[in-house]
Amino acid sequence: MEHLIELKDVYKIYQMGEETVHALDGISLTVDQGEFVAIVGQSGSGKSTAMNIIGCLDVPTSGTYHLGGVDVSTMDDDQQAEIRNKMLGFIFQQYNLIPKLNVLENVELPLLYAGVSSGERRERAIQALERVGLAEKRKNLPSQLSGGQQQRVSIARALAGNPSVILADEPTGALDSRTGREVLSFLQKLNAEGDTVVLITHDNSIAVKAKRIVRLQDGRIIYDGDAHDPRAVVQPDVEESREAREVLNL
Amino acid sequence: MKMGQSFRLAIKSLMTSKVRALLTMLGIIIGVGAVIVIVSLGNGMQQYMNNQFEQIGVNMIQVGIYSYGGNRQVTPDDFYTLADKYPQYIDSVSPYLSATTIVRQGAQEYERTKVYGVSETMYNSEKGQTATGDKLEEGRFLSYVDVERNQNVCVIGSYLNEDMFGGQGLGQTLTVGGVPYTVIGTLAQKADSTEGSGDDQIYLPYELVEQLNAAAGGMGMNSYLVTSTSKETSSAAKGVIENMLFRIYGDSSSYLVMTSAEMMEMMDSMLGVLMTILVVIAAISLVVGGIGIMNIMLVSVTERTREIGIRKSLGAKGRDIRSQFIIEAGTTSAIGGVIGILFGILLANVFTAVVSVVMADAQGFAAIPNLSGILVSFGVSVGIGVLFGYLPANKAAKLNPIDALRYD
Ligand SMILES: Nc1ncnc2c1ncn2[C@@H]1O[C@H](COP(=O)(O)OP(=O)(O)O)[C@@H](O)[C@H]1O
Ligand SMILES: [Mg+2]
Repeated sequence: MEHLIELKDVYKIYQMGEETVHALDGISLTVDQGEFVAIVGQSGSGKSTAMNIIGCLDVPTSGTYHLGGVDVSTMDDDQQAEIRNKMLGFIFQQYNLIPKLNVLENVELPLLYAGVSSGERRERAIQALERVGLAEKRKNLPSQLSGGQQQRVSIARALAGNPSVILADEPTGALDSRTGREVLSFLQKLNAEGDTVVLITHDNSIAVKAKRIVRLQDGRIIYDGDAHDPRAVVQPDVEESREAREVLNL
Repeated sequence: MKMGQSFRLAIKSLMTSKVRALLTMLGIIIGVGAVIVIVSLGNGMQQYMNNQFEQIGVNMIQVGIYSYGGNRQVTPDDFYTLADKYPQYIDSVSPYLSATTIVRQGAQEYERTKVYGVSETMYNSEKGQTATGDKLEEGRFLSYVDVERNQNVCVIGSYLNEDMFGGQGLGQTLTVGGVPYTVIGTLAQKADSTEGSGDDQIYLPYELVEQLNAAAGGMGMNSYLVTSTSKETSSAAKGVIENMLFRIYGDSSSYLVMTSAEMMEMMDSMLGVLMTILVVIAAISLVVGGIGIMNIMLVSVTERTREIGIRKSLGAKGRDIRSQFIIEAGTTSAIGGVIGILFGILLANVFTAVVSVVMADAQGFAAIPNLSGILVSFGVSVGIGVLFGYLPANKAAKLNPIDALRYD
């Protein structure tokens, strides 16, 4: 069967004057429909670069990337925009809601760019807001909501376009631990309902909420497997490993 | 759909920072306002000139003679003969001299009074008016005998009649250049009956004016007023007059024959030049306004880099972002344009009011903005916004979504 996400031998190389930086150094990865994968690694390990490529915001220097069976690694900007619109739902650390638009207008945005008619747009946006329990806040501006609520609005926005993959980049980074947990359990719920979720984090205690962990180090995958395998959280950084073991009750 | 949102966003961002919006639009407001005022004034002047010409007649031909030496001068009789020969072209002929001299009545001096020397043919009794459109109020116009014998009689305008004689001027006496004249006719009011207006005038037999001018040391220009039978025959009439004058003087620089239509054209082209200069100034102000909009849009693009990144991550294409910012620029300048139009109309009305108070002579002058002028300036202001919005919009469209998302 065809994989939903398929990265083959992906390199991303930056030329910094004399120096070349291999942000991604030959990555191969597949994700299937219905999975919940956490991409984890220390700062500088290449997570954001991987996320940009998976999110069709960037193209690899070499290697191929198939999303839903389509080769997206050689697409131009507008084609990528269309793929993002149809296939991907982004959840960002900073929520990234547009402050001047109200909650409903924010959630409608992906549908606006998909060319959905205004009546249907409104209907689908309200449905998405109902899924995150914020339909009654639709006339509010983002600034009138708490951080957790804003993140839920951004989740609703990610869901509104009915994407194949939900990409969450450090979605709890700006939240306190309690609301962070709420957001995570929300992602788990979405996954349980059939959505494919790719979560990017530097935090092992968050990564273990996923079903599968892909660990990056220096642009390479050093672990790819069950999130509950102790090897998933073992790494050179002693301090972090100890924390992770505690979380896992090892 | 997307247009609607861009439009609402533009209005929103204008509303949230009103001072900035006003400053952005200022150039456009001034430019469009200036265009409206200029066009209105132009229309007003055109209208006014047309009315003036309408009053004095569209079939008038003025003849000026510049040659004084030579063995032969053209005489009124030459003109009368010509008029008899070409009745199909020429309706009337009269000498038309103006004198610079002082008019007195008792102790009163009238320095601004215009004194014209004419013959009895100046007045057309069938039409009941002179070639320049003066109608009689009381009495009669100069007669053949008055002109032939150089009688010291005159016909006076309504201002003089009122001011000198309290409206009872008929049969009274006034002096022109020290010589007493008896008033044989008074004219109906044609302007506003004030000093220096069209009502401040006197008609005398032309030879007396010639003598006055000679006594004053000036040669005085020898000139005639001819009327053609119609507007259409005026150029034919001009042709026969020029033929005659050329036969006499053998030199076309000795005289000038000008029809009303030509005078009007000349005035029109002078007005046109003036208008062009003013419109160019207004256009410069519009360009400055456009640059103002471009500047603010560039700032706005920078401020909203993250928003652009978000929109792109959600699937906005380059052209979606570009049209959003172009619509925003167009909306801003369109609103500026509307304010400018209102401002211009207001100013034009103020101008009309001021002119009617300050320049009594310009009765009936009204600066009227016309619909096409308003539509064109609105179109131009939107166009300027779109034109100058393009560069910032394009910059926004080309932003890399990754960098844009990271921006703060
Ligand atoms: N635009 C860029 N230009 C140059 N080097 C970059 C760029 N983006 C990332 N890198 C480098 O690539 C490596 C991986 O970065 P990144 O993917 O941001 O890691 P992470 O998100 O895991 O912290 C780092 O060494 C970083 O300095
Ligand atoms: Mg990162």
